[in-house]
Amino acid sequence: MSILRLEGIRLVLGEKPILNNLSMEFWEGHVHAIVGPNGAGKSTLASTLMGLKGYRDFEGDILLDDESIKTLSIDERARKGISLGWQEPARFEGISVRDFLRASSGNKPLKELNEVLAQVGLDPEEYLNRSVDKTLSGGERKRIELASLLVMQPRVVLLDEPDSGIDIEALERIFDALRILKSRGSTIILITHSLAVLKQAEHAFLMCHGEIVDKGVVDKISGYFENKCIPCAHKNIPGSEV
Amino acid sequence: MKDKREIAQELYNTLQLTDNALQDSQTAHLYVNHNMVVGSHLLPGLTADVEETENGISMLFRVQAGRRIARPVHLCFGMLPAKGLQEIRLRVEIEEEAHVDVLAHCTFPNAVDIIHRMEADIVIAENAQYSYTERHVHCPSGGIQVVPHARVHIKEGARFRTDFELIKGRVGSIEIDYESTCEARSVLEMNARINGTGSDLIKIRETGHLIGDSARGVLTSRIALRDQARAEVYNKLTASAPFAVGHVDCKEIVQDQGVAIAVPIVEVSHPKAHVTHEAAIGSVDDRQLETLMSRGLSEDEAVELIIKGLLK
Ligand SMILES: Nc1ncnc2c1ncn2[C@@H]1O[C@H](COP(=O)(O)OP(=O)(O)O)[C@@H](O)[C@H]1O
Ligand SMILES: [Mg+2]
Repeated sequence: MSILRLEGIRLVLGEKPILNNLSMEFWEGHVHAIVGPNGAGKSTLASTLMGLKGYRDFEGDILLDDESIKTLSIDERARKGISLGWQEPARFEGISVRDFLRASSGNKPLKELNEVLAQVGLDPEEYLNRSVDKTLSGGERKRIELASLLVMQPRVVLLDEPDSGIDIEALERIFDALRILKSRGSTIILITHSLAVLKQAEHAFLMCHGEIVDKGVVDKISGYFENKCIPCAHKNIPGSEV
Repeated sequence: MKDKREIAQELYNTLQLTDNALQDSQTAHLYVNHNMVVGSHLLPGLTADVEETENGISMLFRVQAGRRIARPVHLCFGMLPAKGLQEIRLRVEIEEEAHVDVLAHCTFPNAVDIIHRMEADIVIAENAQYSYTERHVHCPSGGIQVVPHARVHIKEGARFRTDFELIKGRVGSIEIDYESTCEARSVLEMNARINGTGSDLIKIRETGHLIGDSARGVLTSRIALRDQARAEVYNKLTASAPFAVGHVDCKEIVQDQGVAIAVPIVEVSHPKAHVTHEAAIGSVDDRQLETLMSRGLSEDEAVELIIKGLLK
């Protein structure tokens, strides 16, 4: 069953169309990937789905459970079950990991905060009282971002480049965390330009210049990486002739 | 009429502490209500010569050479009445190698029209350490004017740290003016955290002169303003000796019709000295706000958490 549907999304930033007539469908409880080169519009799509400032004025519609969420604010969308793990997560002066996780969880008990930290491979003893600020490395901050989504358990989780800044060892923990999210029923949308991340998904969309140029099972879309194609408006993408 | 003990306890109760400091024989304390000492407990190595004046007290506070006072000394300057003037004259002498932490509370829980002035002369002798935390407890309607001024002399190898916090209750009007002179290898660290609302007026003037070889100074202020509150921060570090290092850092979040002015001044007159400054004033950061909202917090809840963090 589809949980989230985009219908003909067209978004212009400045003078430039960044999302161009995007129609997509995401299936409940499945892991989806959106892949494409830098600048394709992937993060813009995530911002539009979350309803961030500057990304609210677009043509087309976004439907969650067949109802439009186009006019809802960020927190209203979050309370309906959509959340976002940011490509470059925000830093907060003076807010501890504990406070951040607790706020994300709707005040769940400490035990659950410890649990999600362990699930992303961070020792709660060491991290709970640290600030979510500049003193965390990029990879640590990314993992805390994922932990905050694990504890929140949204119905639809958007993850923008979940592997950026993550070393190979920690990457396995990130993938474990994805499996936990999925096992609890979350629908996952991975935004990535990495083959390893793409392989965690079941279905994928290939995006280029703000358009979906191909979609299908992961094996089909991963051909894009193997052929090192340079996507362009001509759509000379493996499989796109189908 | 209430006796002194009862008044001291009443002042203590306004602080919402749970440490029973007044009863703890290991914790030194001195409680002043308007111009009267209502409670005092000192420890070996620590002296406080107090003279009660018309509108306050005049005190020489001294820690003897080499003494390390284990627990923070509680000072409380308060006024339980709604109106009045309190003037504190303070001379602080921290002798060579002595260490002391002071936790000073200023409490004016019923203020309608109160002026609290402090004039302090502070001398921290060679290799001594003095840390001074000042917390204010004001009433929610803010009828108070707080004017603390201090001149500080930090001798060779000594350290001085102040933390000024006014987070609960209304500020009213506050005018901080501290000027410190820092000798060789000394360390000056000043932190102010203030939450301004209503028609609060906040003026901070902190100056540090790094005159000695390798002296270090950091002036930090964190201010949140809403309604018509106004803050002016003039922080100045001068450095005139080799390897003197300093940093001025001011961050303010402004909402509603709040107005913030930050003027960091750095003056370097030695080629081997180095002083930096950083000032960020603005509304709540969009990215932070949106992150918390994407976790389901309302905009107001998110702003509250961000400001709480800034002031922590
Ligand atoms: N605010 C903006 N104004 C104009 N162009 C923008 C803005 N934000 C992003 N872009 C452009 O939109 C395109 C897509 O960016 P982005 O969504 O970040 O790509 P991706 O995440 O796929 O790497 C890029 O060409 C980028 O320069
Ligand atoms: Mg991106």
